[in-house]
Amino acid sequence: MKGFFPTSTDGNMATEFHNLQELRHSASLANKVFIQRDYSEGTTCRFQTKFPSELESRIERTLFEDTVKTLNNFYAEAEKIGGQSYLEGCLACATAYLIFLCMETRYEKVLKKIAKYIQEQNEKIYAPRGLLITDPIERGMRVIEISIYEDRGSSGSSSGSSSVSDSTAR
Amino acid sequence: MHLGESMRECEYSQISTRSSTPMETPYKSRTPKRKKWEAFPGRNKFYCDGRIMMAKQTGVFYLTLVLILVTCGLFFTFDCQFLAQELSPIIPVIGGALFLFVLGTLLRTSFSDPGVLPRATPDEAADLERQIDVANGSTGYRPPPRTKEVVINGQTVKLKYCFTCKIFRPPRASHCSLCDNCVERFDHHCPWVGNCVGRRNYRFFYMFILSLSFLTIFIFAFVITHIILNSRRQGFLVALKDSPASVLEVVVCFFSVWSIVGLSGFHTYLISSNQTTNEDIKGSWSSKRGKDNYNPYSYGNIFTNCCAALCGPLPPSLIDRRGFVEADAPQLAPPTNGIIMYGATQSQQSQMAAATPLLPQQSSEPVIITSSPENGTSLPTRASLTLGGPCTSFPLGQPTPPTSTPSLSCHEAADMLPIHGHTLNHTHPLQEQAAHHHYLTPEEVPSPPGMLHCGSPLGHSHTVQASFYNPASQDSLHEDSVRGLVKLSSV
Repeated sequence: MKGFFPTSTDGNMATEFHNLQELRHSASLANKVFIQRDYSEGTTCRFQTKFPSELESRIERTLFEDTVKTLNNFYAEAEKIGGQSYLEGCLACATAYLIFLCMETRYEKVLKKIAKYIQEQNEKIYAPRGLLITDPIERGMRVIEISIYEDRGSSGSSSGSSSVSDSTAR
Repeated sequence: MHLGESMRECEYSQISTRSSTPMETPYKSRTPKRKKWEAFPGRNKFYCDGRIMMAKQTGVFYLTLVLILVTCGLFFTFDCQFLAQELSPIIPVIGGALFLFVLGTLLRTSFSDPGVLPRATPDEAADLERQIDVANGSTGYRPPPRTKEVVINGQTVKLKYCFTCKIFRPPRASHCSLCDNCVERFDHHCPWVGNCVGRRNYRFFYMFILSLSFLTIFIFAFVITHIILNSRRQGFLVALKDSPASVLEVVVCFFSVWSIVGLSGFHTYLISSNQTTNEDIKGSWSSKRGKDNYNPYSYGNIFTNCCAALCGPLPPSLIDRRGFVEADAPQLAPPTNGIIMYGATQSQQSQMAAATPLLPQQSSEPVIITSSPENGTSLPTRASLTLGGPCTSFPLGQPTPPTSTPSLSCHEAADMLPIHGHTLNHTHPLQEQAAHHHYLTPEEVPSPPGMLHCGSPLGHSHTVQASFYNPASQDSLHEDSVRGLVKLSSV
């Protein structure tokens, strides 16, 4: 009956945020982009691969699409219904689900892989470009939240103000 | 500059936990970190430091427990000895195993998270609002509640927007008004189990009712056997007097068998066709709706559907009950120019109120300020309402005149049928009375205040008009789920 998110991932994210907190002293949060879920294949977890316009100047389209596609593949693997998941389900039922006190479910294993992958992507690709991906599990698997940071020294909140002016230019 | 400072102050107050105000910020470091279940916005009860999660009203659950424990206790105490001697000692063993299984699955169903979707963060909600405003253009009308259409496996499915949780509900999700949460793959809210039945605990629920039907039939059969065998020796009435407990067991089991076995059969049908109770009741995938109407989630054959429902992967809980509330999550300053915000929280409302005097106010649209208290605090001032959009599915961008609201509400009400023959309406004031012994269909939290509840037997004679919202008309128990409307007039 594990209802909570594994703490090791929180720890990783905490250190990452710590690094980015230092970054935040010199950079400010300018905008957030939300990649919504793609329900065209049913209720399985998939995210839209459409490239958001706010990221056009920040990151290459192919890199972004690669990240989202890899995440989609991870989630498909977690939710796959096949021999292994049946075996796990039947075994769990036979042991009255007590087996999950010692073993973690396949889904949780894949979630850990996802967390590691996201951290890797953040460190290698996104943070150098002033972006930060938030793990979808922290947003209820609804969105991939990409935070866009702007250097305080440079032209202030240029992308920030553009997003506000988008909404007012009506 | 003044605006910037006030914005920053309010931004800090917004970042900190829900009930904080700018005054409390200096004391934030002293207060101990709260766990997320303590700040959970839904109407759930938590035990064991967030490990156990149940609905608010658990009285019927205790009744279920008592019934099962007492009946089985009586069976083991009074009947098993006789049966073990006369027939076989394996009978109590099987009975014991069944009993333990029933209890295990019941507790698992009742205590686990059914698949609650966490509410949208303020940034997400603002982003959605922005997208919807862009989609609607500058008509100046506040559009009726939103839907999104998605094509799933060739079937068009409408995704509805949940005003309480501020998200577009995923397909098959629904908002439980008793628990005030959106739940994934919502089946129904079961008062007997004291929890919603959704994606994460449906298999436990099914195994509970299946094993309970076996247990009930088992006890019923063997108690009857006991009485019959006894009455052969001593006569019927003496046999009855000898074991009065058996009579009680027979009565309980007799009534349970009909309902539980029927329910098991119904859910077996649902599982094999991969539908939820909600969808079946509404007839979402029934061929009566249209020639081309079919269930896009079904895998085509019964075996795969059953395996998927019962042996598929179990997703983890999305609400992270035992994590700590992050007090300093970075947030964007919310946009203040001409943005219609639904369901503004109290802190946002105060921020809007602070910002309002600085915006040019056009005389055509009155400024509406209501509030949506998150923690049951009292509702502050109200002003007049303009359109109270109904919660029916409208294509985006279509303005609704207020006079057409009642008929549309009736349409929505007709869409939601009562469940299992119980004459039950699903309006808030009557729910508390009716909730106790009935299965309840999920229903959407009604749209913004001012609109009468869907399907109210009182009818819509006193229709929605631009009138003062009367908080007394809302059920006091649902004050947490009252959404606010904050409309700034520069649209």
